[in-house]
Amino acid sequence: MADMILKHNEKLDVREILKDLDKYEPKRRGWVWRKPAPNLEMGPFVYKDASEPLKNSVGLPPAKFFGNIDPQPLPVITTEIASGRFEDDIRRMRMAAWHGADHIMVIRHMGQSHIDGLMEGTPQGIGGVPITRKQVRAQRKALDLIEEEVGRPINYHSYVSGVAGPDVAVMFAEEGINGAHQDPQYNVLYRDINMVRSFVDACESKKVMAWAGILQIDGAHNANATAREAWKVMPELIVQHAINSLFSEKVGIKPENISLSTVPPTATPAPCVYLDLPYAIALRDFCDRYKMRAQQNTKYICSSVREATVTHVLNMLISKLTRADIQSTITPDEGRNVPWHIYNIEACDTAKQTLIGLDGLMDFVELKKDGPLKDHVRDLKERAVLFMEEIIEVGGYFNAVEEGFFVDSAKYPERNGDGIARKSAGGVGYGFIFEREEDYMAPVTAHFGYNNVEQYGGDPENPSALIGGCTFEDRSKIVYIDELDEDTVDARLAKVKKYLDGDAIKPEVEWCGDGVVLMTMMIPTEKRMAEAAALDIGARLGLEDCEVTSKEVLQEAEGTRIEMKGRVPFDVDPTTLEIPPEPHHLSDAILFKELEEHPMRVVCGTVGEDEHSVGLREIINIKHGGIEKWGVEVHYLGTSVPVEKLVDAAIELNANAILASTIISHDNVHYKNMKRINELAIEKGIRDDVIICAGGTQVVPEEALKTGIDQGFGRDSHGIDVATFLVEEARRRRGEPPIEEDAE
Amino acid sequence: MKRADDFQERRKHIANLSDEELYKRFWELTEQVVNPLLEYGRKNTTPSVERAVLLRMGISSLETQKIVEGCMDRGLMGHGAGHVVYKLSKEKNISIPEAGTMLAEGKGWDEVAALFTKKEDK
Repeated sequence: MADMILKHNEKLDVREILKDLDKYEPKRRGWVWRKPAPNLEMGPFVYKDASEPLKNSVGLPPAKFFGNIDPQPLPVITTEIASGRFEDDIRRMRMAAWHGADHIMVIRHMGQSHIDGLMEGTPQGIGGVPITRKQVRAQRKALDLIEEEVGRPINYHSYVSGVAGPDVAVMFAEEGINGAHQDPQYNVLYRDINMVRSFVDACESKKVMAWAGILQIDGAHNANATAREAWKVMPELIVQHAINSLFSEKVGIKPENISLSTVPPTATPAPCVYLDLPYAIALRDFCDRYKMRAQQNTKYICSSVREATVTHVLNMLISKLTRADIQSTITPDEGRNVPWHIYNIEACDTAKQTLIGLDGLMDFVELKKDGPLKDHVRDLKERAVLFMEEIIEVGGYFNAVEEGFFVDSAKYPERNGDGIARKSAGGVGYGFIFEREEDYMAPVTAHFGYNNVEQYGGDPENPSALIGGCTFEDRSKIVYIDELDEDTVDARLAKVKKYLDGDAIKPEVEWCGDGVVLMTMMIPTEKRMAEAAALDIGARLGLEDCEVTSKEVLQEAEGTRIEMKGRVPFDVDPTTLEIPPEPHHLSDAILFKELEEHPMRVVCGTVGEDEHSVGLREIINIKHGGIEKWGVEVHYLGTSVPVEKLVDAAIELNANAILASTIISHDNVHYKNMKRINELAIEKGIRDDVIICAGGTQVVPEEALKTGIDQGFGRDSHGIDVATFLVEEARRRRGEPPIEEDAE
Repeated sequence: MKRADDFQERRKHIANLSDEELYKRFWELTEQVVNPLLEYGRKNTTPSVERAVLLRMGISSLETQKIVEGCMDRGLMGHGAGHVVYKLSKEKNISIPEAGTMLAEGKGWDEVAALFTKKEDK
């Protein structure tokens, strides 16, 4: 393994990952859960349901008010990443990991489930990534580095399904994949793969997954996504989960590695928690041996990111009130089928924010043990039992599928006759099932079913000993295939070299150099005209391939909220950019010394008709790291202070400086007030004796300076900025040279 | 099938079960549903199962499907595709990957088919 280490302030170079891939060995096999950290103390808080913190991460936006703490919830957090170009997905994985994802799920290329055998090489995918050994190895290698960087193991996940399920399972086991979807019912119902074939294949796939410690996630939630009225399929969902789970356990997967993919079946405007909570309880009661992977409802998701986020949060309330071992974060843009970087990250943050926000909730609340909740739970359980009874009555699972038992839109036992029916003697892969003969033999590890190795003197407990060990014992036997056709990762990376090398910059939603930007605007017309207007605006701004991705009516005639994507046709040359210097701060020691030698008295207040005081208090108050800390004498005059009063107080107190806080910016009143303070100070003859500063969230320092005052402080200014300026300005006025501090 | 809601009628025999009894019944029924499915897996094989065996034997994914197709064409699937490769490697005293490549290239099939026929003739 190359000694590659990521530096937190340098981009991950996929080209480095691709070097010597043929020799790369994954660090480990098997799934990893987060480590609980009960009563974790972080900053001023104690967390009840948190897991061990990360070494490196990006906290939630308000973390800056809490000492930049970034507590991590207990459930593993999933993010689904698959743009079609795995090389670009690697960078997204790193961003997601920094935001708390530790289960990276790679969606497969559309159509891969009908391909007989493994795909190889690195072709670009549609709707997902072609899952190949090279792609998997590169991503696992990258994640091996990223997990070192963030300080928590990352589970890598894809799909063991389709007509090459066992092939894929073997490759995953060899390459250290940690989680996989495997559910023969999914093949049968949604991929029309012959059902006998699906279950025979599933036995082998699951046996291999069991050997590799791969956590299995099922596919039952798809019934929810497919049924016409999703909230009615709840009894069936329980049945599907149970069939796959017990089937898997009997093949040999440990119950703790069997995870149900469970979705709260409905969404608002339905009273979703009322419908979804009893279902969640019924399922967890019955399937108490297994893990729960709480998936977000995608059935009703639309193109509003806000709406999808609220659904996500409501779904997580269910997770919290019941149980979720893995919390998924469907990208809230699923409704548009554009898996963009920013939405992966937002969804991870939504999960972290919600679960940490609900930390300790169950110390305070308890679900009622009787009443309607209990009745609804019991009702669903009974329906699930009756469903299972009827499967047996009609002669078993295959007959039940033939009769269209599954994905019927009525709530069982009512039937609408619109279920998905499949034939045992039909579907993809039909006619390819072969009975094993007496001498059937497979000299490999983790093979399911009859295996006559004894005929060659082999040991049934260790069949691969016949060939001196298979690839599971001896990695050197794995045949690594690099590339097969023209569409390769190297060719794609060569096309975007200038961006990778940092010689040019282009915005990006999913692929390096794609140039796509998203614009949000309010167009004050009806919906169809708004869309046309937005496209016209995009075209005139010079954007290419503009497309409206979301329209929401504000009022039928008054306006429409539009989100539009478009492509920026030019590169930004980083060498031509003017980047303002970072604000510089004097050290505590110097500020204390300067202000001790030259004490300073300051009058301050919020000016105009303005009752805000929070911002100014942050600047002055010692508790918030304000200027009092370094010994500045502060006279606070309050809110809604007339500018005249501020100047008069400065005269009366013989102040060295005036600090005016201005929040309201309507009609530029904030700048008018600054101008007035400056004029008054001049009129009253004190301008040379006082330093005048003004600040506020809407203040742009350059604009403030134009009013004649000495300095403006905008959003995100702190006491240290003001103290530094006051000291430096006072020195300048005294004719002393600027303080030179050694750069750290 | 279309059917009106007959839940109240249908549930009569389980209505008085305790939650624990209901749980037990659910899993007993589930077991009855899945057991026959496992039997299918024990007794049968498929092209993908056999490809997955060949992969573990160290045979390239570019060759596995060709070998499996050769086995299907000659009625050898019931013996196991891995078995076919194993037998050829023993017979010719060559490595497993070498035997796999031979078969994938369409060579050695008559020979290996004869080895299985011989056994069946006995």
